[in-house]
Amino acid sequence: MKLVSAIIKPFKLDEVREALTAIGVSGLTVCEVQGFGRQKGQTEIYRGAEYASSTVPKIKVELVCPDSLLARAIEALEQAARTGAIGDGKIFVQEVGHALRIRTGETDDAAI
Amino acid sequence: MRPSSAPVPAPSAEAMAAMIDKGDTAWMLVSTALVLMMAIPGLALFYGGLVRAKNMLSVLMQVLTIVSIASLVWVCWGYSLAFTSGNAVIGGLSKAFLAGVGPGSAAATFSNNVYIPELAFVAFQMTFACITPALIVGAFAERVKFTALMVFTVAWLTLAYLPIAHMVWYWAGPDFLPGAPDDAGLLWSLGALDFAGGTVVHINAGIAGLVGCLIIGPRIGHGREAMPPHSLVVTMLGASLLWVGWFGFNAGSNLEANGLAALAVVNTFVAAAAAALGWALIEGWRHGKPSLLGGATGAVAGLVAITPASGFAAPGTSILLGFVASAICFWCVTSLKNRLGYDDSLDVFGVHCVGGIVGALGTAIVADPALGGQGVLDYTRSPAVAGTFALVPQLGKQAAAVALTLAWSGAVSAALFLALNATIGLRPSRDVELEGLDLAEHGERAYNP
Repeated sequence: MKLVSAIIKPFKLDEVREALTAIGVSGLTVCEVQGFGRQKGQTEIYRGAEYASSTVPKIKVELVCPDSLLARAIEALEQAARTGAIGDGKIFVQEVGHALRIRTGETDDAAI
Repeated sequence: MRPSSAPVPAPSAEAMAAMIDKGDTAWMLVSTALVLMMAIPGLALFYGGLVRAKNMLSVLMQVLTIVSIASLVWVCWGYSLAFTSGNAVIGGLSKAFLAGVGPGSAAATFSNNVYIPELAFVAFQMTFACITPALIVGAFAERVKFTALMVFTVAWLTLAYLPIAHMVWYWAGPDFLPGAPDDAGLLWSLGALDFAGGTVVHINAGIAGLVGCLIIGPRIGHGREAMPPHSLVVTMLGASLLWVGWFGFNAGSNLEANGLAALAVVNTFVAAAAAALGWALIEGWRHGKPSLLGGATGAVAGLVAITPASGFAAPGTSILLGFVASAICFWCVTSLKNRLGYDDSLDVFGVHCVGGIVGALGTAIVADPALGGQGVLDYTRSPAVAGTFALVPQLGKQAAAVALTLAWSGAVSAALFLALNATIGLRPSRDVELEGLDLAEHGERAYNP
C-alpha cells in the first residue's frame, strides 16, 4: 500500500477526483493548504498598499492505494492536474504500513 | 394648504403649522430613515469589512454605540445648540431636551411660507449628528479604547460638531431673515454654501480622524505586516447601503420634496457613478487591475464631494466633480498617505476630508448659473429672488468655510485626544491590540468556527 499526497492547483480538484475515481480509486482526503515552491507568493493591492503574500493557496489530495494501482494513480493525477504553467504542484509517495476500516475491522487492501 | 396669495413675512406659529405639506413631511421622515441606514449598517459594514477579522466587532460596536450616544446628545442639548438663535458661533439652550418642540411646532425650509414639522427636522438632523462622529473611527480603527472613544464622542459632538453645524446651517428661515438679518450662523451669514454637509460632516470628521490617528499612532506592524481587509464582500454591502442612503442625506437636505430634491438625487447618483468609474479606470491604468475596493472607495469619494454641491450643481458638472474628486482622493490614499507615513487605517482623511474639500471648493464652480448651476437665492427679500452669483468671491467664501472647519475641528480634536491620552488613555495595551479588540474589549468574536 502506498500513500500518495498531491499538492495541486485548487481549480484542478474536480478533474483530479474524476480521473482517480475513473481508474478505481475509491476514496480521497482533501484539504486546503498554503505553501510556496518555485511559484513563490502572490501580490495583492488594497488602496495602493501592496502586500506580497509569501504563500499561495493550494489543495492537498491524499489517497491510499494498493501497490498494483500506484502507477496508474500517479499517471491519472499528473495528467489531470497539469496545466503546464508554474505552480502545478507536486506528487509524493510514501509506504503505508497498515490500514483498518473502523466500521468493519477489515485490514490493509480490503480496508482502502 | 399653501396659500396662493402673497407671502406672509414672519408668520405666527399657527400660520406656520398651516404651511406644512404632507408630501414634504413624508419625504423628510423617509430621508431620516435613509440617513440612519447609512450609519447602521452602511458605514459599520463598509468599515468592518476593511479591518482584520479580529477587530470586526469592535468597529461595528463603535459605530452602533456612537449612533446611540449621538442621538441622545442631540435631543438633550445638541439640537438646541445647533439650531436655535444664539450668537454667530453657537446656538442657545432654549430647546434643550426638546423643550417646547411638539407635534405642532414647525421648522423653516428654503422656501418662503413652506414649513415642515419641527420634529421631522430634529430627527433628520439627528441622523447627521449620528453618522459624523462615526465616520471618525475609521482613522484609528483596530487600536483605540472603546470607553475613551465614547467620551470623545460626547465631547467632540458638543465642541466641534454643534458649533460647525450652527455656523454653517443655522438661520432663522426665509420668512424671518428680512426682519432679523443677523440671526444666522457665521458661515451662513458669510454666504458659504454647503447643501448637505461637506464641511459640517465630511471635512469636520475627516480632520478629526487625521488628528486622532496622528496622536494615537500607527497600528503595531503598520508598514511591515500585511493587514489586508478581512471581507471586501462586507465592504461592498456597506458601500452600497451608503450610496442608497445618500439620496436621503443629500436630497433630504432640500427639506422639501420638489424638483430641487429630484435634482439632488440625480446629481448624487451620477457623481458617485463617475467617481466609482474614475477610480477603477485610474487604478487599471496605475496598478494594472481595477479592484472592487477601488470602485467602492471611488463611489464614496464621489458621494462625499457632491454632498455640499448636490442641490446647486447640474448633472453634467456633478459628473465632472465626482471624477475630479475621485482622482484627487486616489492620489491622497495611494501616494500621499504612504509618503507621509501616517496610519489612517480606513482613509477617513483621504476620502472624507479631501473629498469634502474638493466638493466644498467645487460647489462655488458648479453652483454658477453660467455653468447650469442653481446659483443662490437672496433671502433678504421676501419672497426670495435669485441673487447675483460671482464665482471667484464665492470660491473665497467656500475656502474660508473649509479653513475655519479644518482649524476648529482640528484644534478641538487635538485638545480632546491629548487630554484623553493623558488621563484615561486612548490606546489599549500591546497585548490587547495583538489579540484583537473583539475578544479583549468586547468578549466575543465575529466568526466562530
